[in-house]
Formats: sequence, structure tokens, C-alpha cells
Amino acid sequence: MKVVRFFLQSALEIFRGGRVYWTWVAMLGFLALVGLYCYVYQFQVGALHSTDLGEEVPWGIYIANFAFMVGIAAAAVMLVIPAYIFHQESIKEVVIMGEVIAATACIMCILFILASLGRPDRLWHILPFIGRLNFPSSMLAWDVVVINTYLILNLIIPTYMLYTKFEGREPNPKIYFPLVLLSIFFAISIHTVTAFLFSSNVSRPFWHSSILGPRFLASAFSSGPAFMILILQVIDRQTKLKVSAKVIESLALITAVALQISLFLLGAEFFTDFYSQTQHASSIQYLFFGLEGHNHLVPWIWTAVALNVTAVFILSVHKLRNNKLFLNIACLLLIVGIWIEKGMGLVIPGFIPSPLGDIVEYSPSIYEIGVCVGIWAIGGLIFTFLAKMTVPIEIGAFRKERLSEKDPHWGKRTTDRVINVAD
Amino acid sequence: MSDPNEQLPENSGSGSTKAISRRKFFKKASIAGATVAATTAMASTPVDGDAFTDAVQEFFQGHYQKMTKEEVADAIARLERKTKRKYGVDIQINNDPPLEGVLFGYALNISKCKGYRKCVTACMEENNTSRALQIQYIRVLEMDKGSMNIEESNHYYDSETVPQEGKMYLPIQCHHCENPPCVRACPTKATWKEDDGIVVIDYNWCIGCHYCVVACPYWARRFNWEDPDLPPEKINPVTHYLGNRPRERGVMEKCTFCVQRTRKGKLPACLEACPTGARVFGNLLDPNSEIRYILENKTVFRLKEELNTNPKFWYYTD
Repeated sequence: MKVVRFFLQSALEIFRGGRVYWTWVAMLGFLALVGLYCYVYQFQVGALHSTDLGEEVPWGIYIANFAFMVGIAAAAVMLVIPAYIFHQESIKEVVIMGEVIAATACIMCILFILASLGRPDRLWHILPFIGRLNFPSSMLAWDVVVINTYLILNLIIPTYMLYTKFEGREPNPKIYFPLVLLSIFFAISIHTVTAFLFSSNVSRPFWHSSILGPRFLASAFSSGPAFMILILQVIDRQTKLKVSAKVIESLALITAVALQISLFLLGAEFFTDFYSQTQHASSIQYLFFGLEGHNHLVPWIWTAVALNVTAVFILSVHKLRNNKLFLNIACLLLIVGIWIEKGMGLVIPGFIPSPLGDIVEYSPSIYEIGVCVGIWAIGGLIFTFLAKMTVPIEIGAFRKERLSEKDPHWGKRTTDRVINVAD
Repeated sequence: MSDPNEQLPENSGSGSTKAISRRKFFKKASIAGATVAATTAMASTPVDGDAFTDAVQEFFQGHYQKMTKEEVADAIARLERKTKRKYGVDIQINNDPPLEGVLFGYALNISKCKGYRKCVTACMEENNTSRALQIQYIRVLEMDKGSMNIEESNHYYDSETVPQEGKMYLPIQCHHCENPPCVRACPTKATWKEDDGIVVIDYNWCIGCHYCVVACPYWARRFNWEDPDLPPEKINPVTHYLGNRPRERGVMEKCTFCVQRTRKGKLPACLEACPTGARVFGNLLDPNSEIRYILENKTVFRLKEELNTNPKFWYYTD
């Protein structure tokens, strides 16, 4: 009963907000509807007409976004480790935000997969126990397992932490610590498994590389923290939850080192493929320089390289990194850079040329872009709502005894009071 | 009635650029038809109680390998009704299991193949594949003599003017690997290898994730991007549950060594159609079979052998 009340009270928070909040929610809601429209259209006329996908390139921007979002989800571990393992107080204050980002990213991953399925109505076939999951043979089955487990962990841990806070108790380490350890393991797993999903295919030489797993992790640990740097600053400005400068500083340092490693690994791959110029290098040749006059992806990948190199320069110079403006610019550049590199620059060229040597180029259609924007908007909405629910508890304004002391009918109109208490 | 041969892509230019224009063409050609079909279907579907319960039961239908005999029989009856409703055609869906002591194998004489593509046409007619999408299980690669480089091959050549001077032809289809990467990849076990070596798909279980396409080194799997376009008068009514029964949008399909024929002791349609006698099909476990003779006495090779997929499809020369 107490728990139900807790959830109910937290959920009511979603409906309390000012003009800025509602404008933001309305905007995201509109974009989500646009995405829904595009998806319904795709479902009605078939993916052949609404997307640019086809026999030669069956995976496009949906899977590209999926590969990127898995990285964002995994990066929460960069807050979880210092907060729960090393007990860094400043990070402990925002670790729940990291977990909320991770949970949101997992849901977005699932939505992107759904968008690319030919028969989404048969989704139950893929569920463990209910359907017939090809575990442990299929890497896609592994992905289903690890992403869902990681999602559940990232819902349970923050809920438990917030509930104890709401109840005014100290969280019991015997309950949360094993879960935290598990979530660290799964954070690494989701990205490794997703990399293996690609690298396990002997039929696609471009992906068939043992460095792909480490590359995925390195890029995740730069794009994820960069994402969090930006979001935490918004949280800091828009809510009463204050984010200390130390958190941003340590995240910026992680971003810098991870991006350096990521670029190094990309260079290593570049060398291996280009030095001996075998036929297996034709995909990377297509990606960076074009093949037989086809060069759709060339501007994409060089943009990504330029963005990442600029970002790594800013992040590696202490003076620039410690300047908020430059830091934010670097974060933006590298998020876009990694998005291109892990998405358009990794998923698409794997299919070009096809195993029979056909070069069929791909660029997302307007409907595919619509669906992606919609899923990003849904992600934005989920995060906004979850943040709205958690921040008041997090800052200690929203607590059982405070509520009941001040207001005997604490099922109603709580938030105004809560905010006053906090002030 | 048009000859399906006419619908084959006819061009002789470089494979890569033609591949694009061909795809764009089919997109445009079928978009009008598909949109009209989709809207009329929604407007005019009779609210037939039977159709509704069939749809519900089909949704909850289990995996083919997990269904009891009665459930399979029900599923088959449902599918036959569905085809009748959609195309107005009576079809029979049989359910022959693998024959005892049979392991199918295929061999193809590349010195005899001249690239006429009769196998492709016969395959499409036999297997009820979508005509608008031109779902072809067999691709005939045209290559320069003196090279066996698949990546440099072209499978969009003009089959009216073959054989071309200085070219060789290499048909490629599902190799029915002993160690199939597609089966390993499928997240729902919707595709598997039967005891007679045939790699099949349960079209009612596939969720259309494309992961098997990604995994296949022979590019042998086809996807129904669109509601299959199948003229009723062209439907081959003799079908198998795991073979040529009419498919649906959003699922994979592939060559099944004509399971509906070969499990009844007949030969695959592509073999019967081949004008040059380049194809040999048979039971690998029978020491007196022609295929065993070829494997033991001819110069045989397999494609991409280094991948250890162990195809049950061999090429040979005289």
C-alpha cells in the first residue's frame, strides 16, 4: 500500500509544471505524433515504399540509431561506478539521473528495433519462455536478454533508492549493492553484445573484426558522458537539483580519454584494411573514398572525423575543457560525430558491396527520418517525466513525513507544498 | 498471360549501376498497385466470422516444430482458406516429413551452364514468388573467364544474348549449408535445418528482423518487402508448409530445394528447366547416386569454402 502511494504521488508530479515545461512536453508530443504517423504509413504501405531499405541494404538508420543508443545506455556506468563503488558524494547526487538516462536509452533501443521489424505484430515470438528465443546461438537473442535485463536493473535500482529516501530511511547496501554490481556487468555487456551482433558475421568483412567490441565501448564512453554533461547542466538550470562542478569535470575527463582511445582504434582499423588493400577492404574503401563512382557516405564519414578530431582537441587541452562553453561545443560535436561513425559509418557500409558484389547505396527516406525523430521525441518525453518524478524526491523535498505533517489530505495538491518546503 | 521471362531484368551494363536503377524501377512500378490494393483490401474485406477467428488463431499459432499434429492440420486448413479468400484459388498444403536415409545434395556443371536463366524462371513459377518484387532464389552470375571473383560478377546481364564471348556463368542459390550461419543468427528459431539437409523457414514464425540476410555469405535469402504480388492464374496449387505456399509481407523466404517436389521423389524445378543439363540433384547417402559419382570423380569445388559453412551445393567442371 505504501509503495502504491509512493508511485501514485510520484506519477502526479508529471502533471505539475510551468509554461516552459508544458511547451517542451507539447513540442515533444507533437514530434512523437509525427513519428507515429510515419510509422503507421510504413506499416500500411510496406517498408519498400516508405523507406530506402531493400534487398541489398536491409538495415538502415533504425539500426544505426540503435547501435548509438546502446552506447548512451551503457555509459551510465561511468556515474554508477564512482557513486556506488567509490562513494564519491558529489556523483552520488546525480547517479539516479544517469540511471534514468540509461533506462530511457534502453526503451529507445527497443523502439528502434521494433521500427525495423518486418512483423512487429509477432514480437512475442522473441520473448524468452513465451516465444522461442534462440539462446545462446543468436547474438540478437543475447541482445534481447541483456538490454531487457539492463533496463529492468535501471528501473529497480533508482526506484529502490528513491523509495527509501521518500520513506526517510537509509538504503540498505545489502539490497542495492549486488544489483549495482550486476548493472555494471550488464552495462559493459549490452555494448559488447551489440558489437558482437555485427562482428560475428563472416559474410560482412567490414564488421568482422575483433576490435569492434573495444571500439564500441570506447565510443560509448565518450558519447554517453558527453550526453550526460549536457543533460545534467539542463537539470541543474531547470530544476532544484544542483549538479556540482566536480561531476561535470570528471565526466569531461572520461569523455576526453575515451574519445582519444576511440580515434586510435579507428586508426588501427583503417591501417589494417588499407595497408594490404585486399578485397575485404572494399567496404572501408567505399566508406572513406567511394567505390566505382559511388560515394554517398564519403561526406558523412569525413564530417564525423572532422567533428571528432575537433572535439578531441578541445577536450585534450585543459584550459579549453574547463571552459563551459568550449566543453559544451565539444560535447555537441562529438555526439554528432560518434552518432555518424557508429551509425551511418558502421551499419550501412557493412552492406556495401553486397556478398555478390553489388553496390546499392542507401540514404534514409523522409519517413525513416520521421520515425527516428519520433522515437527520439518519445525518449525525450520518457526522460522528462522520469526526471520530473525523481528530482523532488532526490532533493529531499518530497518525503512521506513532510507531506503528512503539512497536509493531512496528502493525496491532493502536493507539489505546490513540496516546492515551498524545499524553498 | 505474360511470360515471366519478360519480367526478368534485362540489361547488360555494369552490375552495380544497373542494380540501382532496377530497384528504383520496381519500387515505382509496384507502389501504385500496392497502395490501391492496401486501401481496397481494408475497405472491402468482408466481415466474415471465419476470417476473423482464423486471423486470431493464426496470431496465437505456435512454432511449426512445437505444434501437435492436430495443430498443424488446423494451421494448414486455415492457410488454405486464407489463400482461397485472397486469391480465389484452391491450393493443397502438404506436410511431408524428411524421407528416411536421405540427405539432399546439389551439383552444378559450370562448363555446361550458359546463363540462359531458365532455372530462375522455372523457380519463380514453381515457388509462387512475388512477381512485382521479382523474388528470385537463383542468381546467375556472369564473370570474366579466368577469374572466380564473385565480387566482380554481374547478375543483371541480358539472358537473350548468352553465352557471351569470354564469359562464364555461375548460378548461385541457397547452399543449404551443413553449418548454416542464418540458422545460428535467427533470434526466434524461425529457420532451421531439416534432417534431409534442407534449410527451411516457418513463414508464420519469422518476425522479419533481417538478421539471417546479414549472416548469409551467399546472399541467398529474400524478404517480402511488400504484399506478394501473385497473379491467381499463376499460382502453383501444389505446395508444402515449409516450401512454396503463398507467403506474406514482412517475412523471409528462400530456396528449399523444392521441398514440395523433392520429398515426393521428384527433381527440383530448376533442374528440370535447365536446357543444358548442367544440374544434378540427389541423395548424398546413396552410394549409387549420380551426385555421389560426380563428387568422387569430377573436379568439384564449393564457394567460400574457407568460411566452413560446408554447403551441400557443389560446382564442377568436366
